[in-house]
Amino acid sequence: MTCKITREPIKIEEVYQKVVRREAGAVTTFVGTVRELTHGKKTLYLEYEAYESMALKKMRQIVGEMKEKWPVLEVAIVHRVGRLDITDIAIAIAVSSPHRPDAYEANRYALERVKEMVPIWKKEHWEDGEKWIGNQQGTKEYEKGKPEEGDLFE
Amino acid sequence: MNKIMLFAQLKEEVGKGVIEIEASGKTVGELRKFLEKETPLGNLDGIMIAVNEEFVKDDWIIEEKDDIALIPPVSGG
Repeated sequence: MTCKITREPIKIEEVYQKVVRREAGAVTTFVGTVRELTHGKKTLYLEYEAYESMALKKMRQIVGEMKEKWPVLEVAIVHRVGRLDITDIAIAIAVSSPHRPDAYEANRYALERVKEMVPIWKKEHWEDGEKWIGNQQGTKEYEKGKPEEGDLFE
Repeated sequence: MNKIMLFAQLKEEVGKGVIEIEASGKTVGELRKFLEKETPLGNLDGIMIAVNEEFVKDDWIIEEKDDIALIPPVSGG
């Protein structure tokens, strides 16, 4: 598996190559990009911050969960941190599997889990201000954004 | 001493990414109350606490040298 946090631009081809396997009949790639408009408000750029060691640990945990649920061959998850401009790639996830349904489902699962429990935060910068998304002062951008019962260490 | 790591808005509010507090023997819930009372962090409702890179509940007991992190709602992806 490949789990990585980087300050450099993400190259999809490199992420894709990490999961290519002779046994694979399908490779799905998800690419999350920086959107200009959110609820009509114009973003100038984003800033991502990570608790890197824990984020990597949680990403590896997600890959473990995927391998239990689907017969996936390989998984690569790469998240970028630092300043990102509109259309930049924030995250890329590649999944290879013998058959496409598993590759699609597992890929989506990976992204939803990242949004739930991997300690990475984004700050939106607008013309008239800035805000850490998911913070207590404003509307929560993501409903989940926090680990659920099963994610707690007992 | 225990290292308490701060991120995102919490880091900006306090002006630094790490604070040091003697927390061993305290539960996570007790630490939470202590931080709310004794630091500029204020209300920590909705903030998860991780010990040694795992999310834990408020009844978790902190040990000497444990690394603690305050985790605001995440927004990666």
